[in-house]
Amino acid sequence: MTMGSRYGSAFARRWEGFRRGWYKFSRNPVSVVGLVFVFSISFLAVFAPYVAPYPEHAGRFVNFSEASQPPSWKHLCGTDVFGRDILSRIFFGFRYSLMMGVVVLALVVPPGVVLGLVAGYWRGTWIDTVVMRITDIFLAVPPLILALAVCSVLTPSVFNAMMAVSLMWWPWYTRLVYGLASSLRNEFFVQAAEVVGASRTHILFREILPNCVSSIFTKMSLDMGWVILIGSALSFVGLGAQPPTPDLGTMVADGAKYLPDQWWIAIFPALAIMITVLGFNLIGDGFRDLFALEEV
Amino acid sequence: MTSPLLHIQGLHVEFKVYEGLLRVLNGVQMAVHQGERVGLVGEAGCGKTTTMKCVLRILPSPPGRITVGRITFHGQDILKMSTQHVQRVRGRGIAMIFQDPTAALNPVFTIGDQLMTVIKYGSRENLGRKEVRARAIAVLQEVQLPDPERILTNYPVQLSGGMRQRVCIAMALSTEPEVLIADEPTTSLDVTIQDQILRLLGELVEKRQTAVIFITHSLGVVREMADRVYVMYAGSIVESAPKEELFGNPLHPYTQGLMRAVPKLTGGGIAEGIPGRIPDYLNPPPGCRFQPRCPQAIEGCELSSPPLVQVRPGHEVACFLFRES
Amino acid sequence: MGILKFIAKRLLLSVFVLFGLSILIFLISRVLPGDPVRMALGPRAPEWAVQNLREQMHLDEPLYAQYYYWLSGALHGDLGQSLFTRRAVVDDIKEFLPATMELALFAGLIMAVFGILLGAVAGRYSNTWIDNSVRIFSYVGVVTPSFVFAILFLLLFGYVLGWFPTAGRLSPGITRPPVLTGMVTVDALLSGNFAALGDALWHMVLPAVSLALGGMAQEARITRSTISDNLRKDYIAAAKGFGVPERLVTLKYLLKPSLIPTVSILGLDFASLLGNAFLVELIFNWPGFSRYGINAMLRKDLNAVSAVVMVLGVVFVIVNILVDLVVAGLDPRIRLGAERGK
Repeated sequence: MTMGSRYGSAFARRWEGFRRGWYKFSRNPVSVVGLVFVFSISFLAVFAPYVAPYPEHAGRFVNFSEASQPPSWKHLCGTDVFGRDILSRIFFGFRYSLMMGVVVLALVVPPGVVLGLVAGYWRGTWIDTVVMRITDIFLAVPPLILALAVCSVLTPSVFNAMMAVSLMWWPWYTRLVYGLASSLRNEFFVQAAEVVGASRTHILFREILPNCVSSIFTKMSLDMGWVILIGSALSFVGLGAQPPTPDLGTMVADGAKYLPDQWWIAIFPALAIMITVLGFNLIGDGFRDLFALEEV
Repeated sequence: MTSPLLHIQGLHVEFKVYEGLLRVLNGVQMAVHQGERVGLVGEAGCGKTTTMKCVLRILPSPPGRITVGRITFHGQDILKMSTQHVQRVRGRGIAMIFQDPTAALNPVFTIGDQLMTVIKYGSRENLGRKEVRARAIAVLQEVQLPDPERILTNYPVQLSGGMRQRVCIAMALSTEPEVLIADEPTTSLDVTIQDQILRLLGELVEKRQTAVIFITHSLGVVREMADRVYVMYAGSIVESAPKEELFGNPLHPYTQGLMRAVPKLTGGGIAEGIPGRIPDYLNPPPGCRFQPRCPQAIEGCELSSPPLVQVRPGHEVACFLFRES
Repeated sequence: MGILKFIAKRLLLSVFVLFGLSILIFLISRVLPGDPVRMALGPRAPEWAVQNLREQMHLDEPLYAQYYYWLSGALHGDLGQSLFTRRAVVDDIKEFLPATMELALFAGLIMAVFGILLGAVAGRYSNTWIDNSVRIFSYVGVVTPSFVFAILFLLLFGYVLGWFPTAGRLSPGITRPPVLTGMVTVDALLSGNFAALGDALWHMVLPAVSLALGGMAQEARITRSTISDNLRKDYIAAAKGFGVPERLVTLKYLLKPSLIPTVSILGLDFASLLGNAFLVELIFNWPGFSRYGINAMLRKDLNAVSAVVMVLGVVFVIVNILVDLVVAGLDPRIRLGAERGK
């Protein structure tokens, strides 16, 4: 299969690489399961208003006649104390979870990676020292604690929770890329580019970065899961989404009061969190295996 | 001919991987007699190390599996022995020097710890600590390592590549094996060190009259170190003969190709390589595995695998071009 | 020698990092919308009282001045006053920290020991049912939030089955041993009060296990994959090939190098433990530092929040140094790497 033109060959190579990668990835049953989970959840999240049986229950809604109903055919996951259908709220809850993951990573990855590239390339100079010491400072506190502290000083909201988590998350990417960049920095292809007179930007982004992409990508998939986990912990404590927003962590917190009798109010949202995190974890592991095999 | 000390017969090994089954060894046939120095030559990936790992039964068993074969040592089949029996054969009967000395030494234990453990379990008598230590120092001196006492306290990372290889040789010899397997012992070393190590090995083997299987991909080395040579290709032996016979009169097309590929000091142009590549072990050719690359292939070569037969005294070939004499 | 230099370097670095952290947390806690003083005193307090307290806390002065007051106080052991408990934060710390440390250490122990054990067993018996069950367990452990475990255990083992107590550190009937370290179990052990020791441990089981499961699962995974990788390494084959008995090879020559990656992440896992303690203490009503911290955060108790973050930062730094020491102890390549430059 040839694609003759010069444009064509680069594209064809990338496409071929992608297809090969996909083939390997799809052979691993664990990754496929993860992918299925994540796709389903994303689908439910995006199309929640159309797919949820009772979309209006996601907002301000009360119907005390149907309150605290155990799971039934009418309400697959039961209803909470306000009579709201839990399954529908879970679908909407996925929106907040996924949004948190996407937003935090979008905020964190670019600056984190760039800082890591810079610090790694100029390893041993003051740039390295400054960047990595600042990274150390942020990493000196156990992750959740910093997020909690930041959240606590701001008004609790989903947006602020995302800001707080972003603030404590970026150093991990800097560290990861720093390690990769500082070892790649001494490879021949980098030295070759330097000798030829390539600009720093080119070296950083066109030589070093592409070699880090697989690690960054793997980490991002796993991180989606972790961010969602931390986000739900924040909401659980009350520092994230506020009622009546259907956030999975908040739902667990609300439901915790009614254990063990009305167990469904807390358990189903908890399971939803677990499945979401599991899906991303499985995908992340699949990527890790995929890239490791390629290196061999 | 006396019966062989170590005899590998019809060894077939396959590896289970993601894509299917890799049929790595396709009927390996080899005999080593007491005190004999045997060379095993073949390119990378032809199965030399795998064969040797089978002899010691250290083939990593989830992916690898011996499907058919016999490996007898003193007449007893190693593959059928009990674990205790095999453990006694290892070290005392047969010992192996690995190709990469850095990988063969445990990075988080001292040389002394590793060497003395080997001596302790490899000796035929029950030795006390002092004795074990004394032997360790003695064998380190034998491999010409300076300051053996200090080396005992060192970790592998503190030694140079050549020193690590000497340690591995010391470990292999410390148990006084009857057969020593040297798996490309100089491949990962500098050229200057290579020579020293080869010479050292030669002396030690000479002194102790140990049988040796010398694995290498270099014809030059095998010529120096071995009395009889086995040539291996893609999982089976294609030719075997005493050294001078093989170099003087190579019969198998692959062996001939190998000889042509070595540049000669006397001139005569650039050496030729052998066109083509080793077969895909997932779907190996049904007939002779060399047939796709063979310049002398005839009809029938692609149908079945030629057996290893004796065509001249002491000279065996696995090729349809030759008949058993 | 090498070790002392190593520790000294790390300590110096840590001091710098903690200093930076103090600035960071100070900025965060001071740059906030809302009036913490007003919140503390309540809407009905007179303006002069609010102003008084504000002056007392130097809240009207520029940030760097505030930091100076705080820092000089801190270096003298005075971390200010909590707006809510109305006493020195240092006293609050003394009261609550031991409870959390006790819980964290117990959980950490469970996490490390069982994590490594499970991982080792799974790695040794790769691809058998043992391995597969451990892998399933570790997936579950990793994806489930600590607070979910806490709730479930509280529910199942505390309320439904009644096997474990559901709150507090000691049952009402047991006398508390004299306060030596503040950690009930240690105090009980030191004073020979075994009834109290048993009771205290019994109370710690549920919260500690909920905390430990996440980290345990991580450790198990990493140990398993390291052991499974190392099994194929040449040095293991070589050891077996020289006739060293298989048992010795597994328990000594396989285990030690395999522990290294696991121990390396123990520090991080301990950090998540400290973080998750916030939620678990809340759920189990454990009178610990983290619960104090969460309440301080929810009430915007400035001094308390800064103090909590700093203290946890110090704990984490110490743990990291210890972990690095253990890793260097296990892996000579790290110890000696600098010497040879290889």
